[in-house]
Amino acid sequence: MGLLGQNILGSDFSFELEIRIGAGAFVCGEETALINSIEGKRGEPRQKPPFPFQSGLWGCPTIINNVETLANICAIINRGAEWFSSFGVGRSKGTKVFALAGDIVNSGIIEIPMGISMREIIYDIGGGMKDGKRFKSVQSGGPSGGCLTEEHLDVSVDYESLAAAGAIIGSGGLIAMDENTCMVDTARYFMEFIQDESCGHCVPCRIGTKRMLEMLQRMTNGEGDVEDIDNLQTLANTVSDTAMCALGQTAPNPVLTTLKYFRDEYVAHVRDKRCPAHVCAALKEYSIEAEKCKGCGMCAKACPAGAISGEKAQPHVIDKTACIKCGSCKNVCRFDAVYLT
Amino acid sequence: MMEANKPAAGCDCQNDEVLLERIRQVAAQQKGKEGNLIQVLHMVQAVYGYLPLHVQEIVAIELGLSLSEVSGVASFYSFFSTEPRGKHTIRICLGTACYVRGGVTIVDALEKALGVTLGHTTKDGMFSFEVARCIGACGLAPAMSIDATVYPHVKADEVKGILQSWYDKDAEEAV
Repeated sequence: MGLLGQNILGSDFSFELEIRIGAGAFVCGEETALINSIEGKRGEPRQKPPFPFQSGLWGCPTIINNVETLANICAIINRGAEWFSSFGVGRSKGTKVFALAGDIVNSGIIEIPMGISMREIIYDIGGGMKDGKRFKSVQSGGPSGGCLTEEHLDVSVDYESLAAAGAIIGSGGLIAMDENTCMVDTARYFMEFIQDESCGHCVPCRIGTKRMLEMLQRMTNGEGDVEDIDNLQTLANTVSDTAMCALGQTAPNPVLTTLKYFRDEYVAHVRDKRCPAHVCAALKEYSIEAEKCKGCGMCAKACPAGAISGEKAQPHVIDKTACIKCGSCKNVCRFDAVYLT
Repeated sequence: MMEANKPAAGCDCQNDEVLLERIRQVAAQQKGKEGNLIQVLHMVQAVYGYLPLHVQEIVAIELGLSLSEVSGVASFYSFFSTEPRGKHTIRICLGTACYVRGGVTIVDALEKALGVTLGHTTKDGMFSFEVARCIGACGLAPAMSIDATVYPHVKADEVKGILQSWYDKDAEEAV
């Protein structure tokens, strides 16, 4: 059509488009790291200032837009800014695309007008939680987003309201989690990701995320101390305040929000050595309910550690010291007599 | 320390020399194009399969860069491998959606079925086993892919059958 390249539509204006492919690094979502990647270098962020609009790609003034912004521009040109601004609330105009996933009935890519509530997204669009389970938390904004609770279901989904609640819109990821989710394990999972993807350029992110991950691993392994909670909080705030780029600055978000909204779960892990959601293997304890047990012996046969004993037709018991917490007994019991504490 | 990964004993060394010559040509063609190192490494990996140190050396010489620059980039990005790769690549997704839906149980099942841990290649050279941070199939969680085939809603007890189907397919193609 002659819309790109030399002398567009017969004019003196020329515009070249060149596509550069990356090579897989989460930190390259940070604009200056992306510039380095385009220049064929390691994707480490640059110190700002100078900002990209002052000195960016090859030292030239540079503007960086993501695909969603460019896609919106086309619609704005065609239909006008007023039309675009008729969607959304306050300073968050237009629509936003989210990747809705997790323990919900309908998952997939959704586009919503800014300002509808999290409840509408999860229940009206997402169809509610799978298998009739209870909603527990929604994590918004990708691995460095925040975990919100049932209390936040009526919060308006826009940049300002989510930020006020400690979460971000970020990459547009929305993960709904049900009652069987352990929030300490969830925080550990995100930290493992961030620590792996930290480029290593600045100390707070390189070492801070590693130390936070170690603390979270101790907690989920049942080796945490009560003082670990305060240490984790201090370190999370420090990394957030001192890391060089947005990856490090937002990395503590899952930790900070779960500490704020699910502190009791941290306390259960480190003080009571208990995982309330029965997720952390090291903190699981299997028991047999005497009233339900028929003494069939199936569990004793299935137990690879020989930890279950009992007379035939009499309630069986699990030797807690020999139990390896594999869950075989629970899987084979036909009377639902094995339970987790 | 990275060891110079010379071709394994018993390889077709004449064939290896042909590949290395093609790498020299690919890299030489790109010389002088600003910031093209990542694109060159993609092309070279497509030719050689992976980026051992002696291949990185060739790229450095042809592009007029230092080996440390090339090595720094090759080791930074997850799409580049400095180890030999299996014939097929299994990517188990551990993005948030897949993790929440039990992706870790699929990792356990695959490690058992393959006999190697995450990040390694099976002894028979059939599969490289890697973790992906998100393959963009959140609605199909837990998901895994083998080469370009995506497997949705994977269950741990299906893993063996899936792997077998690739052995069967390759055997069929060999006939």
